Amino acid sequence: MVSLAQRLAFASPHITASAVGAAEYPDLVRQYRVNGVPKTIINESIEILGVEDEASFVSHMLEGIT
Amino acid sequence: MRYPSDLKAALAELTASVKLVCFTQTFDCESCLPARQAVDQVAALSELITVEEFNMVLDKSQAEAYGIERVPAVAVVGEVDTGIRFYGVPDGHELVSLAQAILLVGSGDAGLSQESLTRLAQVEQPIDIQVFVTPT
Repeated sequence: MVSLAQRLAFASPHITASAVGAAEYPDLVRQYRVNGVPKTIINESIEILGVEDEASFVSHMLEGIT
Repeated sequence: MRYPSDLKAALAELTASVKLVCFTQTFDCESCLPARQAVDQVAALSELITVEEFNMVLDKSQAEAYGIERVPAVAVVGEVDTGIRFYGVPDGHELVSLAQAILLVGSGDAGLSQESLTRLAQVEQPIDIQVFVTPT
């Protein structure tokens, strides 16, 4: 998911993508209720647990923000 | 490229310069030194990779410019900054992810389908994606 998110960030000037090490940021793990990885948080609200393919992820992301 | 041992061969294909901008701090950051070491380990694999390090406390203007609020953080920057960041220590599989990000910004090709690119072209509001990972 890191690679997909970062490819999306590379393709769009409006998208940023971070990989966050769960071990180093327990506060963020609590804040976003990360109880499994990969867990993806989009604009602090949309949550995706596990791996999604490119088309599903783009749909998920665009539906969630509009 | 799936394993850290594949990194050198993969990064040999890099054709453009990529800068790894590290943000660390001296106190109260146990993972800052290991993060910097991981970045140096990757940077040593290609002459096209350069490393810049800023102190989160002393270089506030740089942290703001890169939108960094936590340490350790690494921004992967090619010709322009496209918003790719790593937070934490990029070891284990994350080292592979870091190398992939370097190849991505160095290659100029997002490797996405035409359909995804068309849909992304309609995005006009800021989207921030955070992917939580563990280094296994």
